[in-house]
Amino acid sequence: MMKEITYAQAINDAMCEEMIRDETVFFMGEDIAEYCGAFGVSRGMLEKFGKDRIMNTPISEQAFVGAGIGAAMVGMRPIVELMFSDFMCVCFDELVNEAPKMRFMFGGKVKVPMVMRTPSGGGTGAAAQHSQSLEACLAHFPGLKVVIPSTPYDAKGLLKTAIRDDNPVMFLEQKTLYRTKGMVPEEEYTIPLGVADVKRSGTDCSIITYGRMVQMSLEAAELLMEEGINVEVVDIRSLVPLDHKTMIESVRKTRHVLIVHEAVQFGGFGGEIAGQIADSEAFYYLDAPIRRLGALSCPIPFNPNLEKAVFPTVEKIVAQVKSLL
Amino acid sequence: MSGKNSDHTSDVTKNIEEPISKELKMIMWQMWIDMHLARYFEERVQWLFSKGLVHGTTHLGIGEEATAAGTIAAMKSQDYVFGTHRGHSQAIAKGIDVKYMMAEILARKTGVCKGKGGSMHIADPDIHYFGADGVLGASAVMCVGTALATRKRKEEDRISVVFFGDGTSNEGATWEAMNLAAVWELPVLFVCVNNTYGMSTPIKDVMKDTDIAKRAYPFGMPAKTVDGNNVLEVYHASVEAREYVASGKGPMLLVENTYRISGHSKSDGNLYRTKEEIESWKEKCPIKAFRKYLVENELFTEEELDKAAKTAADEIEQAEEFAKASPEPSFDDLMNDVYA
Repeated sequence: MMKEITYAQAINDAMCEEMIRDETVFFMGEDIAEYCGAFGVSRGMLEKFGKDRIMNTPISEQAFVGAGIGAAMVGMRPIVELMFSDFMCVCFDELVNEAPKMRFMFGGKVKVPMVMRTPSGGGTGAAAQHSQSLEACLAHFPGLKVVIPSTPYDAKGLLKTAIRDDNPVMFLEQKTLYRTKGMVPEEEYTIPLGVADVKRSGTDCSIITYGRMVQMSLEAAELLMEEGINVEVVDIRSLVPLDHKTMIESVRKTRHVLIVHEAVQFGGFGGEIAGQIADSEAFYYLDAPIRRLGALSCPIPFNPNLEKAVFPTVEKIVAQVKSLL
Repeated sequence: MSGKNSDHTSDVTKNIEEPISKELKMIMWQMWIDMHLARYFEERVQWLFSKGLVHGTTHLGIGEEATAAGTIAAMKSQDYVFGTHRGHSQAIAKGIDVKYMMAEILARKTGVCKGKGGSMHIADPDIHYFGADGVLGASAVMCVGTALATRKRKEEDRISVVFFGDGTSNEGATWEAMNLAAVWELPVLFVCVNNTYGMSTPIKDVMKDTDIAKRAYPFGMPAKTVDGNNVLEVYHASVEAREYVASGKGPMLLVENTYRISGHSKSDGNLYRTKEEIESWKEKCPIKAFRKYLVENELFTEEELDKAAKTAADEIEQAEEFAKASPEPSFDDLMNDVYA
């Protein structure tokens, strides 16, 4: 049986189900209890689990992310929420010097099963310090898994897997997707990390993408189909681990590839994807250069027209695909 | 409890009035051994570095041995301890075998971190020692997390201890950790080993008020300052502090004033302090002071103490031999414990 729920509800359901299943799971962050988080994701959780497991923290990202790591090191499974992904910069030490290093650095004697959840990305008029997509920064560090779901179905299945993972998982949610709806099974399911999902099968060009750009790429694909261009949309779903095989197979099939992400194109994760394609046998199948489309190198502006101009749009995606064929 | 700085005297006799129990005598013996293991270990590491037999760097705390030995002797084996990057003495007091520590320093596969951590990351989670951390402040926030876990599990007689230096008391993470531990009333013992220098910078240059204990008060946390070169004063204050923290009243700060006789690291030319200053602190050596106390009070004879010191020296020698005879990790070991 399937039911239609929002992306936010899917995340809420995943957390609630895992908290019921495993009493070592708890949730902490700024204003997540009565307020239910800045985006209302944790609605109803305080009533269900009480304040010992749904914990409001001080505005001290280093303290509560660090405390999450410490609790995880001794066998708890904390979920910590950063109110905006931009705030990871205030606790970068904990996220990149501590969480991903402990297991290796201490000779394998400790694990850090922590999930850091955070709303990421723009499109909400929140300007330069509340709209960034910083996933490439996290993916750069060996020891961090990085997940960005694009649908309610993926969000729920991937988050449940992330909570059960014995290692730190950075779970980046897309704030403009929170209210979008999708079908989700009523029964238990999980989705493994590192398995891409071909959201649309096509023959003429691959769009490799993730997060909020998946829906835009699908819309672009529909427009292109009207012109007889059959696009394949590959949603990588997790940057780390990365499903190399599915990307390469898709490119070999379509012989054209456009990589789309909302993050700044310069130094973005698209460069890694492009590099992996260029380094693989898929290179020999390419009929056109590998193309990337990301945000302009510009702090995200407040003005809605300017903000739109910074990010990839359906129109830009259509134009880029056409330019490759 | 007072936040007043005590002066740096090392008269260990002053704080023992009651008759000494058999148990306390045993603890004194253990502290004597731990201080010697730490001193000899670090002197050996320093020598190995000077001979170019070790790569990387190391941070020695020669002169600070009483802080680790005295504090950890007052803790229980189940307590979680986070050390500092100058943490050899803490690791030894917590119970890591010097053999595996030396192997780690020499980057061997048999090292306590399998040769992947080095001096700056010596840790052994199996005995609840979460070790040295290279980025200051992080241990404090993680320590709040282990305390939170014990609270959630209702483990009443288990506290979390974090050592940090005077320099780290200026880190924002330390303040965040104190506030969170205090507001959640978590069983955390903050132990500031105040050796009066952050690397080369004297604390008076970076703190308006160098009475570090006062930093606890805004968080509603008690604090006590002790002579960190007086191992018994450290021990007794730590016993009291542990009792307070384990009672569920929340965290506490213990400031242990001491001095680092060794340089900060191998790159230290001691350009920021005088020879006279260093020499004056050698006179206040915590081991010397402890010996004086133990002998004058007829707790142990000179011969017994010398014999124990000799055994510690032998143990360090054997540790070096063990380390040198151990293989280095192979490339096959490289990707073990890499999962993403």
